[in-house]
Amino acid sequence: MGSNMAENHPVGFQWVMEAKLAGAKIMHVDPRFTRTSAMATTYVPIRAGTDIAFLGGVVNYILEHERWLDEYVKHYTNAPVIIDERFRDTEDLDGFFSGFDPEKRIYDTSSWHYAGMPVQETAGERSKGGTKGEQSGHGAQSGHLSSGEPPEEDETLRHPRCVFQLVKKHFRRYTPEVVAQICGCTEEQFLEVAEALCANSGRERTSAIVYSVGWTQHTVGVQYIRTAAIIQLLLGNIGRPGGGIVALRGHASIQGSTDLATLYNILPGYLPMPHGEKDTDLAAYLENHAGTTGWWGHFDAYVISQLKAFWGEAATKENDFRFDYLPRIDSDHSAYQTAVDMLDGKMKGYFLFGENPAVGSANSRLHRLALAQLDWLVVRDFQEIESASFWKDAPEIETGELKTEKIGTEVFLLPAATHVEKDGCFTNTQRLLQWHSKALEPPEDCRSDLGFVYHLGRKIREKLAGSTDPRDRPVLDLTWAYATSGPYEEPSADQVLREINGVGADGIALGTYADLKNEGSTACGCWLYCGCYADEQNRPARKKPGREQTWVAPEWGWAWPLNRRILYNRASADPDGKPWSERKRFVWWDEAEQKWVGEDVPDFDEQKAPTYVPPEDAEAEHAIAGDHPFILQADGRGWLFAAAGLMDGPLPTHYEPHESPFDNPLYAQRANPTRQLFEHRENRYNEDGAYPYVVTTYRLTEHHTAGGMSRTLPYLAELQPEFFCEVSPELAAERDLEHGGWATIVTARTAIEARVLVTERMTPLEVQGRTVHQVGLPYHWGTKGLTTGDAANDVFSLALDPNVHIQEVKAATCDIRPGRRPRGRALRELVESYPGRLES
Amino acid sequence: MKAGDGQTTYGLQIQPRMGFFTDTSICIGCKACEVACKEWNLVPEDGLEWTGHSYDNTGALDANTWRHVAFVEQQVDDGLRWLMSSDVCKHCTHAGCLDVCPTGAITRTEFGTVVIQDDVCNGCGYCVTACPFGVISKREIGGDGGMHKCTLCYDRLEDGLEPACAKACPTKSIQFGPVDELLARAEGRVEELHEAGVGDARLYLADETDGVGGGGAFFLLLDRPEVYGLPPDPVDPTRHLGEAWGAALAAGAALVAGALVAFLGGRR
Repeated sequence: MGSNMAENHPVGFQWVMEAKLAGAKIMHVDPRFTRTSAMATTYVPIRAGTDIAFLGGVVNYILEHERWLDEYVKHYTNAPVIIDERFRDTEDLDGFFSGFDPEKRIYDTSSWHYAGMPVQETAGERSKGGTKGEQSGHGAQSGHLSSGEPPEEDETLRHPRCVFQLVKKHFRRYTPEVVAQICGCTEEQFLEVAEALCANSGRERTSAIVYSVGWTQHTVGVQYIRTAAIIQLLLGNIGRPGGGIVALRGHASIQGSTDLATLYNILPGYLPMPHGEKDTDLAAYLENHAGTTGWWGHFDAYVISQLKAFWGEAATKENDFRFDYLPRIDSDHSAYQTAVDMLDGKMKGYFLFGENPAVGSANSRLHRLALAQLDWLVVRDFQEIESASFWKDAPEIETGELKTEKIGTEVFLLPAATHVEKDGCFTNTQRLLQWHSKALEPPEDCRSDLGFVYHLGRKIREKLAGSTDPRDRPVLDLTWAYATSGPYEEPSADQVLREINGVGADGIALGTYADLKNEGSTACGCWLYCGCYADEQNRPARKKPGREQTWVAPEWGWAWPLNRRILYNRASADPDGKPWSERKRFVWWDEAEQKWVGEDVPDFDEQKAPTYVPPEDAEAEHAIAGDHPFILQADGRGWLFAAAGLMDGPLPTHYEPHESPFDNPLYAQRANPTRQLFEHRENRYNEDGAYPYVVTTYRLTEHHTAGGMSRTLPYLAELQPEFFCEVSPELAAERDLEHGGWATIVTARTAIEARVLVTERMTPLEVQGRTVHQVGLPYHWGTKGLTTGDAANDVFSLALDPNVHIQEVKAATCDIRPGRRPRGRALRELVESYPGRLES
Repeated sequence: MKAGDGQTTYGLQIQPRMGFFTDTSICIGCKACEVACKEWNLVPEDGLEWTGHSYDNTGALDANTWRHVAFVEQQVDDGLRWLMSSDVCKHCTHAGCLDVCPTGAITRTEFGTVVIQDDVCNGCGYCVTACPFGVISKREIGGDGGMHKCTLCYDRLEDGLEPACAKACPTKSIQFGPVDELLARAEGRVEELHEAGVGDARLYLADETDGVGGGGAFFLLLDRPEVYGLPPDPVDPTRHLGEAWGAALAAGAALVAGALVAFLGGRR
């Protein structure tokens, strides 16, 4: 669900096809019939933006029909935990949880906590400062538990405030009838999927759920995945072979870039970025963010080792290890807020590394207008992308909104080396690091990103040398001594990997994050990656063929943490430590040897017996009981109910997309009340009524994201040479759209034109008693390259998920008309003739 | 393979006949085969034209397209079906193109494959009409003027590599190997599909008694060949040449005989 794996991950899809050849059932639930649907055993069409209703229906089906894996749920999840008596569900408050502040549209999350637990500062608390989601983080923020155990539990799962009963109550109205009514599929189709999931889960069997950006790019994106997590925890499908929730990334190393902190609100290894007001010094930061139980109990060692990696000798115990050198955040600095700030003239300069917001970001027109407000812009890419050429060929030049001679932005376009022209590492969705070696030198002026950043830093440091200004110290004190080689003085990527891995007091590469110290004797760039360079060996570079090792292939590359291939794999054994079944044995407790053994590196303390009960004063990993596999959670359990860490609720709730042609039949509250909106004249939202159709974006196999890497290549461009929209024959008839002709798609943002592909793969759906049509838009086109076209993202608004600030481009509303769009000023006149509103 | 097996030509250098088995039941329509083929063989881009025929903007095999993925959207009993199938030169056992080539530019290699030699081809075009599948055409791009088609990556085969398309195929829909091994595998796969209830699964050009003597490239299809744009009963146009010449000779002889009879009779 939410994934078109065959088209967007065709190489990985070979394993799905192999599984199908071996008899596996493939079910595809998606708004469109795609190449993935064509390969599936069962295809279920649903309305874009209704997946929580569908998945919530599955949760209800599991609970109604008593299909959960009982021992797993009782021992491995927080089902027995009793929640604060002040907690109120969306069932009680018609679409809201307790703690909602209607003024600020944020939750005070304190009533979502475990009963009897002292309330800690959490994401919601911090948000009272006026920011949203910048610190929603890891499980350590659940607060301080004594010996890792929640204060109140009911093993029988019958207490009305225990998580199990709360989940049951929350989803009880998600019946097959309601699923069909909201999603537009039939009850039979829904039941087939629900039953197949249940029938293929349990001791003997496991099921996996695959998702991609079809789930994330919504105003409730995080909660989509949470619903899948609830299903998989109830069915016992996490931490076991063949189970899991498989997130497919949009690029080769999205996982790696998140691990190593391309996001503004985290430091490498998911350490929170310090906040200006609260995290005044290291002690305050540690107090605010460290857990006492679980592996986040060593937060101080991770942080201090990282500071030592950043600032080396300059970081000492006396100076707080230079915690004061770290940047601070004071509010939301995510990509979309930054773009709006840019448009309002609050930004001077901007770096774009392999990113093309002029095509690839929601409301791309707004981004083009914003780039024109900068003083300077650095673009590093393979080609002159639209984000570098907007000053001469943006569509807004044609409409007269921008004039080249009036744009003051100085653009520096720097050609980038491709992955075959540099050494480096990809981290894939399985957390597997795979090294690649340079095959040839980059041509002409092309350089690697690593080389660019290294030399930029080197030159800045040279310019600052001798400065006495304290604000220059963080840059001057950085550890920046990397060996360089070759004609372009390329820094050693291998050395960077070793720095990320970390070294001990003896200067030798560390083997495990368990060896990290909190007194400054170890340096480690990212605690999760510690061990990737164990024994001074570049482990991601290992390429032992599968046939020469076990089926888990531990010597192919290296997976964080500590080369564990399945996370939380202690759950692959039952509470007593025995495999759930012979068929699914993976990691188990060896009674004779008194340790965990198996196919994989156990994701658990090797010597901790299944019967281990933590003593009252236990801390960190010692506070996790022998039958609680989720060792990064403070209580060692998988959270059916997220007591902390989320902005929009402890349980997933069906909300309509921000723009939807339908009301929410379950609650008076239609959309996610905490969704992030931007009140800006260039970001008008659709008024109900004028935009009767659902619109969604996607990618095609033949192109890559915003097109910079495919529209420019003849062999790819010729395979999908023009921007098109996909519509059903029924919609084509309703709007006089001619196959092969042109259509204009209109929203309150702008209007774009596309060739019309009429296809039965687009299915009109019956929703709440009326027919809804969906329009599909591949988003690869822009003004440059061998094949050009309007950018699909132009028609979408900035409406974001409150937890992670991701844009809702997988479900919105639009109008569609036959023919090409107007040119020049007439384009804006057409758009302005459609109703729109500003909303914050 | 019986006809044209190269024994006399290649002697001890003869190799097992190599070919493709394209299992369309696991083709995901990614077109990696098209791209890999063009990359390896330096086949030019030949037009940025959007067709509106499902996701097929390639159209057909020709001088500039040696792999072509067909996309067929159809309504069947249990709903919508989207067939995808990667087409290629069939490297026929009885290759009409080879038989009619007047310059000897088209040859059969030691692997039993059929290859046009670029430097010998004079662009006459006889092979175009002789191919029952419409695989060959003249390349007009860049003033080339020669006839082109799939070489089954002859250069790669000589180095012990598999063809670029098979190498790039992520799902093993395109399988490369000795033809007899591929045939056995293909028959097993059809049986599997029949057992799984896919009654319409069938092999195409896997029969040496068909009109081209079977293909060095053959296919597993899920519907009739014509649904994929393939001729249902392809025949090598030179197949009946012997009979045609025989008939012509017989007719000539009859004419002569008739004339003689008339002449002789007339003398009476």
